[in-house]
Amino acid sequence: MDIQMLAEEIPVEGEHSLEGIDFITSGEQYLAFLLGEEQYAIDILCVEEIRSWENPTQIPNSPNYIKGAINMRGIIVPIVDLRMKFNIGEATYTDTTVVIVLTVETTDKTRTIGFVVDAVSDVLNVDKSEIKPAPAFGGCVPQSYLEGLVNAGDNVVTILNVKALQAVEPHQLS
Amino acid sequence: MSVDLSQFIPSFLEESFEGLELMESSLLNLEQGDDETINSIFRAAHSIKGGAGTFGFNGVTEFTHLVETLLDEMRDGRRSIEQNDVEILLESVDCMRLLIEAIRDETECDSNKINETSILLEHTLAFDDNATSDTDTNTNVDENSANDTADALSKWQITFIPEHHLVQTGNDPLFLFNALADLGELILVANCKELPALNDIDAEELYLSWQLTLSTKASETDIREVFEWVEDECQLTVTKEETTDKVASEESEAMVETSNEPIINEPVNSKPEPQISSAIAADKNSSIPVPEKAAANKAKNDLGSIRVGVDKVDSLINLVGELVITQSMLSELGNDFDLSKVEKLNSGLEELLQNTKELQESVMRIRMLPISFAFNRFPRLVHDLSKKTGKEIELVLKGEQTELDKTVMEQIGDPLVHLVRNAVDHGIEPAEARIAAGKSQKGTITLNAYHQGGSIVIEINDDGGGINRQAVFDKALEKGIVDENTTLTDTQVFDLIFEPGFSTAKELSDISGRGVGMDVVKKNIQSLGGRIQVESEPGVGSTFRVNLPLTLAILDGQLVRVGSEIYIIPLITIVESLQPQKDLINRVSGDMVLYRLREDNVPVIPIYSLFNIASEFKDVESSLLVVVEDDGQKIGLMVDDLLAQQQVVIKSLNDNYQQVEGISGATILGDGSVAMILDISGIISMAHKKSEMVQKHKNNMQFKATQQISEGASF
Amino acid sequence: MTKVLVVDDSNSIRDMVSFTLKSAGYETAEAKDGQDGLNKAKSAAFDLVISDVNMPNMDGIELCQELRKLPNFKFTPILMLTTESSGDMKMRGKAAGATGWLVKPFNPEKLLATIKRVVR
Repeated sequence: MDIQMLAEEIPVEGEHSLEGIDFITSGEQYLAFLLGEEQYAIDILCVEEIRSWENPTQIPNSPNYIKGAINMRGIIVPIVDLRMKFNIGEATYTDTTVVIVLTVETTDKTRTIGFVVDAVSDVLNVDKSEIKPAPAFGGCVPQSYLEGLVNAGDNVVTILNVKALQAVEPHQLS
Repeated sequence: MSVDLSQFIPSFLEESFEGLELMESSLLNLEQGDDETINSIFRAAHSIKGGAGTFGFNGVTEFTHLVETLLDEMRDGRRSIEQNDVEILLESVDCMRLLIEAIRDETECDSNKINETSILLEHTLAFDDNATSDTDTNTNVDENSANDTADALSKWQITFIPEHHLVQTGNDPLFLFNALADLGELILVANCKELPALNDIDAEELYLSWQLTLSTKASETDIREVFEWVEDECQLTVTKEETTDKVASEESEAMVETSNEPIINEPVNSKPEPQISSAIAADKNSSIPVPEKAAANKAKNDLGSIRVGVDKVDSLINLVGELVITQSMLSELGNDFDLSKVEKLNSGLEELLQNTKELQESVMRIRMLPISFAFNRFPRLVHDLSKKTGKEIELVLKGEQTELDKTVMEQIGDPLVHLVRNAVDHGIEPAEARIAAGKSQKGTITLNAYHQGGSIVIEINDDGGGINRQAVFDKALEKGIVDENTTLTDTQVFDLIFEPGFSTAKELSDISGRGVGMDVVKKNIQSLGGRIQVESEPGVGSTFRVNLPLTLAILDGQLVRVGSEIYIIPLITIVESLQPQKDLINRVSGDMVLYRLREDNVPVIPIYSLFNIASEFKDVESSLLVVVEDDGQKIGLMVDDLLAQQQVVIKSLNDNYQQVEGISGATILGDGSVAMILDISGIISMAHKKSEMVQKHKNNMQFKATQQISEGASF
Repeated sequence: MTKVLVVDDSNSIRDMVSFTLKSAGYETAEAKDGQDGLNKAKSAAFDLVISDVNMPNMDGIELCQELRKLPNFKFTPILMLTTESSGDMKMRGKAAGATGWLVKPFNPEKLLATIKRVVR
């Protein structure tokens, strides 16, 4: 029984609709979040957890955007402040500041890293065809991190490449 | 009902690897006329073949069959034990290992080497006319059913006249008929004509015969198969009722033969000659490239298994029992608690501490295995290298029972191999040189392992020519690591060989290989939390000494505070913690601070400065000093405060982040927060680098100052 | 309950044969070589013995001969587990008093079907 078919048959609105249930229709799901005033999104399958901000333990001589490391159920997870890394907005830490914990599998390793963002917004359903390439010029975020742009309502959301995000740059003495 | 045996595959694989090790070490020690050893080698091969066949690992079965045949001839005395044959058998063991590894890792195997060796084996087997060419490898009894395809229901008439002593073979017609009845509907008529009078009956003899009618879809072969074991002890006729044409040929044959003729009879002589020589010539240098990738893949998910002695498990069970008792005692105490019970609470907690400690030690011991597991590949390695280089080398193994953590052992294998290869290649001189130097022609390499404090020490010693100090220094000069004016002690010169890209061999030799240098060895050892040193004496030999922690997981630490950060200093490195006395503080060459600790002048290292963090106190006089030692060198770490001492579990920073200089790992404190564990040798390097940088900068400053450019950089 | 004695120096083969038999409702005991097998046979009754041929400390052929000397085992079915199905093997087995043989590589279904010729 094809779940897609089932999903399509059930009305989304109206008296027979099922409320509060997300059906996976076609395409993929992305978690959207805010950096400054801008909207970004990442593949939701990589999201392990969303945590509120807590002061991490500093890692000596790490770049300024690496805030430190936290304990997540016994695992040491480094925390990267995306606002600092990409120089977007101001890196403040308030009640709404959130850490998105991603787990990414590469060929030789599985990495868990937390990223500080200003706030988490929606879950977007995006079909691959809707993703447009990002412009090659301008922008604070280097090309290598971008998967593309997608329109969500009135907003433009930048989809980030998770694999690029979790690659750690070689350590430099600051 | 289908029986699933796949659960037994891992244990078969493990058993096979052990069998291969046994084969290898036995082959290396094989002497003429040593029956028991050759038999044990045969049995090991035989078991592997049998098991492989059960699971359908045909590649293994076919190859092992050849090996087994050769071994069979040797153990029977049909073939004498030639050194050449032993070499071929050693190669074969390698092949079998490759094949079985491929099964374990679910990858493909390098078939070139396998084919090559197969051909060699067949060739060898062919050369002895005493060798009986073996019959079948994988025949099952029912492969010959060409003659009958009865799958329609037929009626068969069977006459079964057993010889009198049939039951003495353990066969019983009753059960034979049961088995026959499984094929279909059976009607029996017994013939009692032969039955003697009661007095004359011998209870152990069978006097009956039978006429059976069987309605079945089974083939004639299937029917005859039931009687397979008794065919020589009976007269059997099997006749199909409808057709009469088969009757004449089949009937009244006293001896019914199972047509079990092997279809493949001659693997031995059929290979044409030229193929052999070209095959051998072609891949002369094919070593073992495949397992790299497989090993890498496997390493990612390698859980593996451990054999644990029952005694270790029993001790665990006892300790857990005690823990449970303590827990229930504390629990009861908590039920109706008041301040008068505080003392009992404290002693209960003390118990708990004891229990936990013992339990922890006990569990750690489970992961400890004797280093012989890592050492056992070396006899073969040295044997092969010795052949390859033409140097006669003896390997001595000591301290094989010294235990260390399984994970450490798995990772120390490759570095050790490299060190041994190095000893053969560069350490031991060629025979002529040795004789000229008055040494015995045979070189000796010694591997020794022993415990020292909380570590395990592994020494690789060779009685070769020693490390050429000048050559090493020259090479370092060439690489710009040192300049002419640098004065170094011998040890420091020898340490240079661990620098990346270092090799004083004129051509990179085949066996030491390229790309896997001493620097990689050092890095690997350091990533295990260990260190490596080398001692050498010209003309006498060299010793590489590797220190490794016994376990990777737990550390006794001293918590210290610098600013608002808490760090952990491994207790084992701490010499002394003290409040510095003003008059023992000396300043040297501008900004280096030394503390006079008895006879030593200990350089003081401000952690806040190295780590670029805030600190409560920035001067030595107000701070506390923790004097630590690493590799013979003492330094004083400047901290704001000393906190508790506790045992911490080492967590990796590497897993999700990367190696941080000066930090060996992290841990989680009682309050759930993360604390960094200091790496003393890393801190010493950092301090060196920093002072070099300061020096360079100062020189620049001076230079630029004379040119009236202000810098104003601060760091 | 039909009791079977499984004798083989290979742990995994022993385990597999035992497992196969147990899953069909037989009761099993195991021995790791001929001597061990003989000892076990002397201390218990068995309805069937399945033994490997190549083992240290007394091979299967000798075990068979020794078993046949025991009054309890005079008529007990003894099956040899062997990779060789040559006539030579049959002869040696029979000469030692073996009831029959099972060819390795062993197939569990075949094992169960075949032993029906000698036990319940």
